Amino acid sequence: MPGITREEVAHLARLARLELKDEELDHFAGQLDDIIGAVARVSEVADQDVPPTSHPLPLTNVMRADEVRPSLTPEQALSGAPAQEQQRFKVPQILGED
Amino acid sequence: MTVTELMSYDAALATYDPVMGLEVHVELGTKTKMFCGCSTELGAEPNSQTCPTCLGLPGSLPVVNAIGVESAIKIGLALNCEIAEWCRFARKNYFYPDMPKNFQTSQYDEPIAFNGYLDVQLEDGEVFRVEIERAHMEEDTGKSLHVGGATGRIHGASHSLLDYNRAGIPLIEIVTKPIEGAGERAPEVAKAYVAELRELIRALDVSEARMDKGQMRCDVNLSLRPHGREEFGTRSETKNVNSLRSVERAARFEIQRHAAVLSSGGTIVQETRHFHEEDGSTTAGRIKDNAEDYRYFPEPDLVPVAPARAWVEELRSTLPEMPRVRRNRLREEWGVSEHDMQSILNAGAVDPIVATIEAGADAGSARKWWMGELARHANESGKALDELPITPAQVARVAALVAAGDLNDKLARQVIEGVLAGEGTPDEVVEKRGLKVVSDEGALSTAVDDAIAGNAGIADKIRGGKVQAVGALVGAVMKATRGQADAARVKELILEKLGVSEG
Amino acid sequence: MTDSNIIKLTAAEIASKIAAGELTAVEVTEAHLARIEAVDEKVHAFLHVDREGALTQARAVDAKRAAGEKLGPLAGVPLALKDIFTTEGVPTTVGSKILEGWIPPYDATLVKKLKAADVVVLGKTNMDEFAMGSSTENSAYGPTGNPWDVTRIPGGSGGGSSAALAAYEAPLAIGTDTGGSIRQPAAVTGTVGVKPTYGGVSRYGMVAFSSSLDQGGPCARTVLDAALLHEVIAGHDPLDSTSIDAPVPPVVEAARNGSVQGMRVGVVKQFAGEGYQAGVVQRFNESVELLKSLGAEIVELDCPTFDLALSAYYLIAPSECSSNLARFDAMRYGLRVGDDGTKSAEDVTALTREAGFGDEVKRRIILGTYALSSGYYDAYYGSAQKVRTLITQEFERAFEQVDVIVSPTTPTTAFPIGERADDPMAMYLADVCTIPTNMAGNAAMSLPCGLAPEDGLPVGLQIIAPAMKDDRLYKVGAAVEAAFVEKWGHPLLEEAPSL
Ligand SMILES: [Mg+2]
Ligand SMILES: [Zn+2]
Repeated sequence: MPGITREEVAHLARLARLELKDEELDHFAGQLDDIIGAVARVSEVADQDVPPTSHPLPLTNVMRADEVRPSLTPEQALSGAPAQEQQRFKVPQILGED
Repeated sequence: MTVTELMSYDAALATYDPVMGLEVHVELGTKTKMFCGCSTELGAEPNSQTCPTCLGLPGSLPVVNAIGVESAIKIGLALNCEIAEWCRFARKNYFYPDMPKNFQTSQYDEPIAFNGYLDVQLEDGEVFRVEIERAHMEEDTGKSLHVGGATGRIHGASHSLLDYNRAGIPLIEIVTKPIEGAGERAPEVAKAYVAELRELIRALDVSEARMDKGQMRCDVNLSLRPHGREEFGTRSETKNVNSLRSVERAARFEIQRHAAVLSSGGTIVQETRHFHEEDGSTTAGRIKDNAEDYRYFPEPDLVPVAPARAWVEELRSTLPEMPRVRRNRLREEWGVSEHDMQSILNAGAVDPIVATIEAGADAGSARKWWMGELARHANESGKALDELPITPAQVARVAALVAAGDLNDKLARQVIEGVLAGEGTPDEVVEKRGLKVVSDEGALSTAVDDAIAGNAGIADKIRGGKVQAVGALVGAVMKATRGQADAARVKELILEKLGVSEG
Repeated sequence: MTDSNIIKLTAAEIASKIAAGELTAVEVTEAHLARIEAVDEKVHAFLHVDREGALTQARAVDAKRAAGEKLGPLAGVPLALKDIFTTEGVPTTVGSKILEGWIPPYDATLVKKLKAADVVVLGKTNMDEFAMGSSTENSAYGPTGNPWDVTRIPGGSGGGSSAALAAYEAPLAIGTDTGGSIRQPAAVTGTVGVKPTYGGVSRYGMVAFSSSLDQGGPCARTVLDAALLHEVIAGHDPLDSTSIDAPVPPVVEAARNGSVQGMRVGVVKQFAGEGYQAGVVQRFNESVELLKSLGAEIVELDCPTFDLALSAYYLIAPSECSSNLARFDAMRYGLRVGDDGTKSAEDVTALTREAGFGDEVKRRIILGTYALSSGYYDAYYGSAQKVRTLITQEFERAFEQVDVIVSPTTPTTAFPIGERADDPMAMYLADVCTIPTNMAGNAAMSLPCGLAPEDGLPVGLQIIAPAMKDDRLYKVGAAVEAAFVEKWGHPLLEEAPSL
């Protein structure tokens, strides 16, 4: 079974936006390695020809009519905001793309 | 900004063969968002059209907008696609502050429409087939306002302000297969494709597809390969190219840039690029390394979409005539050249002309007014033709007044001016401005007599057989009647009184 | 009636006394608030007691009655609400620091239904952070004690709700069950808990852990009370796409007519063996004998794929949670850490998530991120979903032969707080019997079947029914409950030491 390394945990933490501390990386790497070792059993069925189940119910085509429902007021929408300005959510500078 | 080396376009094409991929996002014109009942009306106060679902509040859940699905199917059918019998939404996971859930609800390996094509017509009439890979449903993001930097740019901003009114508005993403074989016409094909797609979206009435309002946005992917090579080169992805002209310019720029890099022995970096409207250039954005991992998986909060075949066929039967087919039909009916038809299309005059003809005008005059007087007005006022304050029915009424001899062209122009100025209907303008052609034979007869008496020399010439001199007398009558006489009738009267017959 | 008498009443009794004018809703509410005041310091079932809100609701019920208006079947009955449902104007934390102080601007559908039914919501109960856990030790606000022995866990994730019932702080409670979080707490506290069929109770406003597995449901001290609550909270919700658009199964009628006469009851071979406490096995075997004596036919079943259920669960649930919890990014609500004017949004998000999430949540987010990442998806998430299909097929085959399946709810009785705290795999085993049901979307109940001889702690009997046959749980549950109470001479909870 493939194990999981400390570097992989660090990479996953970056993808998941978790600023893990060094000691957490070590701790989690060990635990996750154990957990993955145990749950990897599922791959026993990987080559079985059965459809994957993404939903426990066989429902399809649940849709709503294109009718406007009341929105929250801007005050309600912003009520939990850590910071706001000009009726907008105020967030720190974004490093992403221009 | 560093100056980008470019190779001349001709030299680039002499060595390389361009391959393009176009990704177009269309905002649907539904009343509500894709997964919640918030209004999509433009111009609302910030964060006034949000709810737990489109804000991504804990506990909220999505429900699919039926018209969103219907529109997607219509677009798919119009693009000659197969429509999935069963497909799902997926989550595309990545963090970005304008995306409330930090995943986009989109479609991944099961798009609702796939494997189609769109035939586009180039300016000279040549038809080029663009193959469609897929059209899928997804949702838009919120809008960020970057504060503290230079003119709203993200770089140097101290913070950003987010408005989620746009978050969750339905988008259809339409992706072409690699467009090969266009050669030097690649930029033209790109532009024609986006233009044709826009016409089609409008004909389907699923969106206004206004590129200037962000309702239609295009990404241009481009790569070069040396002539004769099969495999594609590394591509660049130029994001958010938001006008037809820009699509053409972006493709052209990237061809020249890639060629310069490749022929100097460099390699193209797979990256996103930003297009600059001012000079038509592109600059490097984010490098697409393999760290990007969207971890797509089927959206567990939504159930599969399985459009019944009967429904799909019903939608197919309601599809309008495709724009290119319609244009060619109209071109023949109206008897205009390819070139003139292209001008009509570019002016946005096709639909107004059709509506004017439907309101009773003949094709020639409908075309004349929309492409002449009205196009000039639109140009001057910076409006689209269909935004002018005159209806096709009113234009048809003006044409009818002309045909009946109640107005001449000069008066008709004044009537149109009056309608545009908000003075009322054509008939009201005629009434208020007193613009009727003088048809009182008695008054006209007197005016003609006066003109003959006042221009005896010219009258003699006419009597002597120089019939073409009649124009001067007609002019005098028209002047005397302040243009309100029917010039043809005036001419008739003069000749009659002078005892001369034409021809 | 004295307060100590009032708090021992069942929900059905309270409702009928209020309807008859023998008690007022305010009296009942005050009695329970006083009980919370008296014992919750020891138990710590509640994260937030909404004293004013509860009394306002109670007064409204009394006014309604005085005006002669029709009252719902649970009008005036107090309820403890798991802090995973959004409540407009009342804090909702999901047991996490990342939502500390968050006051939702909207009510969950389930909360709307409770209010419409005149149920009195006393407050919000403790839980494992984001419902991840089997002990309630993962709450950012400290553990909850099991009223049978406050040094032991009350189960989880809904330990606050089960403890509130067992401590007589409320006659009704709401839980949510993703892998057993209603049933396992019920089992270890000697109470009744039901995981309805997936889609039976709206998830709108229930903070998501694993969307395809999560299901809200009723918790109570008796089978009838659970049925009465089930009927109030169930039903189609157009705001939840996975909500079943069909009539609610006749659960109350079933609970009033308990019987197993002529029923075929399955016992699955895989729900036994290593890791099962002797006293648990003993009480379970006695329950099977009891069912036989009540006229049921016992059928042995072999469901080999059930052995893979736990593994598949620990791929599917973390995968979905890694995505569901991405929204906690410090931008729109909740905690924000490190915003000193120099840090980027990206850094602030990462610092906030680091500070705001506990270990178990981080573990699962990383595990889920791993299982979904390119290159691993097919082996892990994809395979887990295939296991899910196989489990569903095994249930379908089983239910061709039997009407219900029974098993122990959890392999052991309540373990001491701290015992498994840093051993995730040991903790995960608590849900080995409950998880297959979540995978298939079936309905299941846990009800008390005695005390384990070795430690004197409650043992739970699990009953599993096919999807949309929730009524069978109540029919069987009511029969079993009646027979046990007759055998013991009193409800099991009466044996709990007083707090
Ligand atoms: Mg997209
Ligand atoms: Zn919304």
